[in-house]
Amino acid sequence: MAMPMLPPDWPGGFWAHWGVFVVIIFVFVLATIMGFIWFERRAMAIMQARLGPNRTGPFGVFQPVADALKLLIKEDIVPAKGDKLVHWLAPVVAVVPVLMIFAVVPFQGGAILADLNIGILYIVAISSVTTVGVFMAGWASNNKYSLLGAMRQVASVVSYEIPVVLSIIGVVLLAGSLSMQQIVIAQDIPFILLQPLGFLLFFIGACAEINRAPFDLMEADSEIVAGFNTEYSGMKFGLLFTAEYGEALAISAIVTTLFLGGWRGPVLPPWLWFLIKVGFVFFVIVWIRTTVPRVRIDQLMALAWKFLFPLALLNLLITAVEILVLPAVSPWVLVGVNIAVMIVLVFLWSRLFKLGWGRVEV
Amino acid sequence: MKFERYGIGIAKGLSVTLRHLLRRPVTTQYPEQRLVTSRRIRGNELIWDKNKCTGCATCAKTCPQGVIQIVTSVSAEENKYKVEKFEVDMGYCIFCGLCVEACPYEALFMGYAYERARYRRRELILAKEDLLASEARKPSGYFRPKIEATLPRQTLLLDGDRGRRDGH
Repeated sequence: MAMPMLPPDWPGGFWAHWGVFVVIIFVFVLATIMGFIWFERRAMAIMQARLGPNRTGPFGVFQPVADALKLLIKEDIVPAKGDKLVHWLAPVVAVVPVLMIFAVVPFQGGAILADLNIGILYIVAISSVTTVGVFMAGWASNNKYSLLGAMRQVASVVSYEIPVVLSIIGVVLLAGSLSMQQIVIAQDIPFILLQPLGFLLFFIGACAEINRAPFDLMEADSEIVAGFNTEYSGMKFGLLFTAEYGEALAISAIVTTLFLGGWRGPVLPPWLWFLIKVGFVFFVIVWIRTTVPRVRIDQLMALAWKFLFPLALLNLLITAVEILVLPAVSPWVLVGVNIAVMIVLVFLWSRLFKLGWGRVEV
Repeated sequence: MKFERYGIGIAKGLSVTLRHLLRRPVTTQYPEQRLVTSRRIRGNELIWDKNKCTGCATCAKTCPQGVIQIVTSVSAEENKYKVEKFEVDMGYCIFCGLCVEACPYEALFMGYAYERARYRRRELILAKEDLLASEARKPSGYFRPKIEATLPRQTLLLDGDRGRRDGH
């Protein structure tokens, strides 16, 4: 297959490129977040035999716009005994890193704000900062529910970061580069086939990190009201909400780039392929949210440390061995081997998976 | 061998939600779409047939809330009661239907419609003329099998596939 060539420098030099892409990223992220909010509500509703928002505009597409307008004109309440400065700062600290992630997401060959040679490392580093914002929100609210939610968030991110990063390393080993562009270019076969176990671990871990259902117990409404954003209203809540959906969008984009071949695909233009894949990954996230009930906190921790972590280590080992020992073997053989390995390992670990020495129900 | 622990349970759940994606929603968008109510609904305010009513006040005696107020006068030449006042304070009515069951002359009915919100409390007190049957105030089949037989059967879902997704 012909290697998609990177276009030469964009006209107008560095600053023009920078300016254009900052605008594109802002518009893309905010518009897609609105679209995703509508899509999630609508898809979830239909999966639950309901209708979902359908009053504002055709099929209710303007519902997120109406919600945003409502949030903008709502009163901004700061708890009397809260930490005012941190309370004000928290949503910003939560949102900005999410937007920064998209600096290294390639929309198509060359269509990227900054083709960092450490792209995926940058994403891992930046995306964790959001957690600081969430914890600030929980801390500054002076509310037990907020603090509990924020602490759960920190605990889950700290635990799930490890399997996520380990499964990313598998991809990096295969691609031989940390650059998001190079990773996409290396995917003549989408890495979901070469790294099925890595994909599974990454997807589960990523869902937990962005506190998507079934791991959304940092804002479990049935236990702790709304978690870290209990005391937030108005546009600050809007920002936290944006950060949440922005993370979902970022994870969809990263999964697309790392495992689904990024912008690459036949016939359609590359950016459209990218958007289609991102949309599909987000649909899967919504689909899982509709299906699976929320886990307990001990289940969350056990899944990270007893299931994902050892499997991620094994996956890394197997990938490294394959690359070192079998460099000449056809990748399609490795695809078969890796899928078989995934099935065996998941089966084995499911048998071994116990909570509380088997005294607690899994 | 049970496979529920190996992700099969989740896969089953996912297939259920996916099948629901292709299913028709059950939502009824109320003001635009309506279901047919039960034929024996104890719906709208009482409906009173002034020709059948003899003014015996059995309904007023049965009413556990004491909502029905009847004032009658005797007209000697016709040798029967004349209903001077028949007033129902629907604000206190509990829709038990006992008055309808008690009426010996089948002069009282429960209403078939069910939208009875009012802006003012005084509008809830219905006098003689307000209690008569009309196009908007049809009698229900409650305790009146003859009326019940004429009413359409209840529906629990909207049927047909006209504009089910959005009600247009």
